[in-house]
Amino acid sequence: MEKILLPDIENLHLIDVYISNGGYEAAKKAFTQTSDDIIDQVKKSGLRGRGGAAFSAGLKWSFMPKTTDKPKYLCVNGDESEPGSFKDRQIFEINPHQMIEGTIITCYAIGAKTAYVYIRGEYHKWIRLLQKAIDDAYEKGFIGKKMKETFNTDFQCDIYIHKGAGAYICGEESSLMNSLEGKRGYPRVKPPFPAQNGLWGCPTTINNVETIANVPKIIEKGWEWFSKIGHPKHPGTLLFGVSGHVNKPGVYELPTGTLLTDIIYKYAGGVPNDKKILCVIPGGTSMPPLRGDKLEGVKMDAESLKEAESAIGTGGVIVMDEDTDLVKVLARIAHFYHHESCGQCTPCREGTGWLEKILKRILAGNGSTSDLELLITVANQIEGNTICALGEAAAWPVKYMVERFRYYFEARVNDEVSLPIANKVHSMRETSYPLADVKK
Amino acid sequence: MEFKFTEENLTRIEQEVKKYPERKPAVMAALYLAQEQNGYISNEVIKEVADVLGITAEDVLGVVTFYTMYHQKPMGKFHLQVCTNVSCMLRGGYEIWDQVKDKFGIENLGITEDQNFSLEEVECMGSCGTAPMIAVNEDYYENLTNEKVEEILESLKSTN
Ligand SMILES: Cc1cc2nc3c(=O)[nH]c(=O)nc-3n(C[C@H](O)[C@H](O)[C@H](O)COP(=O)(O)O)c2cc1C
Ligand code: SF4
Ligand code: FES
Repeated sequence: MEKILLPDIENLHLIDVYISNGGYEAAKKAFTQTSDDIIDQVKKSGLRGRGGAAFSAGLKWSFMPKTTDKPKYLCVNGDESEPGSFKDRQIFEINPHQMIEGTIITCYAIGAKTAYVYIRGEYHKWIRLLQKAIDDAYEKGFIGKKMKETFNTDFQCDIYIHKGAGAYICGEESSLMNSLEGKRGYPRVKPPFPAQNGLWGCPTTINNVETIANVPKIIEKGWEWFSKIGHPKHPGTLLFGVSGHVNKPGVYELPTGTLLTDIIYKYAGGVPNDKKILCVIPGGTSMPPLRGDKLEGVKMDAESLKEAESAIGTGGVIVMDEDTDLVKVLARIAHFYHHESCGQCTPCREGTGWLEKILKRILAGNGSTSDLELLITVANQIEGNTICALGEAAAWPVKYMVERFRYYFEARVNDEVSLPIANKVHSMRETSYPLADVKK
Repeated sequence: MEFKFTEENLTRIEQEVKKYPERKPAVMAALYLAQEQNGYISNEVIKEVADVLGITAEDVLGVVTFYTMYHQKPMGKFHLQVCTNVSCMLRGGYEIWDQVKDKFGIENLGITEDQNFSLEEVECMGSCGTAPMIAVNEDYYENLTNEKVEEILESLKSTN
């Protein structure tokens, strides 16, 4: 299987190596076509967003107004803070120029003269790596003033990095724009949508790093080629980040539609000590968890996971073996969303606090069966009643975990399990997990 | 204590400002520079950042308090950030957390008396596949064991 985003080419992060492997040829090709042609090809390719919602990239671009006096903007979302997600950093590190080239082509397609790559503040190292790649691309004339000569075009764009400062919510696109404007990162009420009223009130497109990194290959090899990889309704490859109880955690680039069990057993080396799987979160902590005994046949793409009553999210697969304390896991997840709620909407601000409080009560051995109903009621009250999707992100794991593992939670609140044993989300010492195989 | 940006930092702020159609968005970068120069974000820092960017001190304060990476009190020379979110927890994140807490006898956001070490429990850092992890200031240490953590902490101690 050919890799689109993270091919096995040594030193690909260096601009000369990227160029000698055909880099920046897609941009050259793009500038011989009209921007409408580019949008059309990306639409037909079937490329869907890799940031969580899996929305058609080409369709999103087509919402950008063609005639406007205002400047247009592109934001490339590298906030990557969803627990279980660690894929965009691989692109920054291993193939930054493909993302830069994708940014240039996308800017041309939507008519944006400025692109901001928003990167979470903790990624100091990856910010430095990407900045170096951007500087090199400027020097070679692929970005900025020299583009006119390099590409023989009238078009010109600039790419800047904007460094975040520790706030999960800033990955939400409207929060990201407020953060970029130098404000508190509060999500905005929609509509208006970013394509009409985005950064500084101007038309703006926001796409994930991985989405953008796919664009050069679509232009180079054609939309038909791309549309035939993986699941027809969600084509291409995905960077699956596998973590938790597997022998070989890491990022695996595989076609959409790959079996979840293949990802876990064939690629990530299976579960240490051949234990059974209790639970898998397939796409980052915001997505509904799946039961370990219901993984057979589940495929990893947006459509198949919808059928399995979960969602693809960021493709961050978290595996939990049979000895995991799900109450502790869920309480930790609830703590996260409570901590990260920006506090604008009452259902989210108060609801996430309640979820955490109830789960901590159960964790301490003081829960009751009515607490389980209460968790679901509170989750339902958050869902659909908030400004941004952090509400759903907080509600889903609780609601679906409690529903799908009802027996487990009931046993817990009815004191059928010994707390000291249950409370031990086992750690390295007890299970001596082999360490990750880090690819350098 | 009074705070004024160094000439070098003022130049760097002006470079940041050039990225944007207005001055305000440079506030995040300016705060990072101020924190580097001053160690933490004091009221004087907030005023200076506001003056340099031509925005109000309230605007700056609003930004400071929204993000976890700006500190309003001094942190240690080595700021230890331990992730305890799910993927790390499943591979021993809390053991590392307890180990570091015990070693220095400090709690979340605490600082050692000699001001060399401070500690923070952080949310997912994007190292889930190489969990558990610690970040020391800007550097990530991944694939940790208790032994490795001990080694890292000892080597930091000896660089003092
Ligand atoms: C709470 C929250 C956090 C999000 N975090 C991220 C993120 O870190 N990175 C990302 O690309 N998208 C994130 N998103 C999704 C973005 O809002 C947006 O849909 C996405 O960046 C669009 O890009 P795409 O269409 O290429 O996927 C988040 C959404 C929510 C509600
Ligand atoms: S849903 Fe939560 S995070 Fe989103 S805007 Fe409302 S309070 Fe903020
Ligand atoms: S959960 Fe610790 S780095 Fe992701």
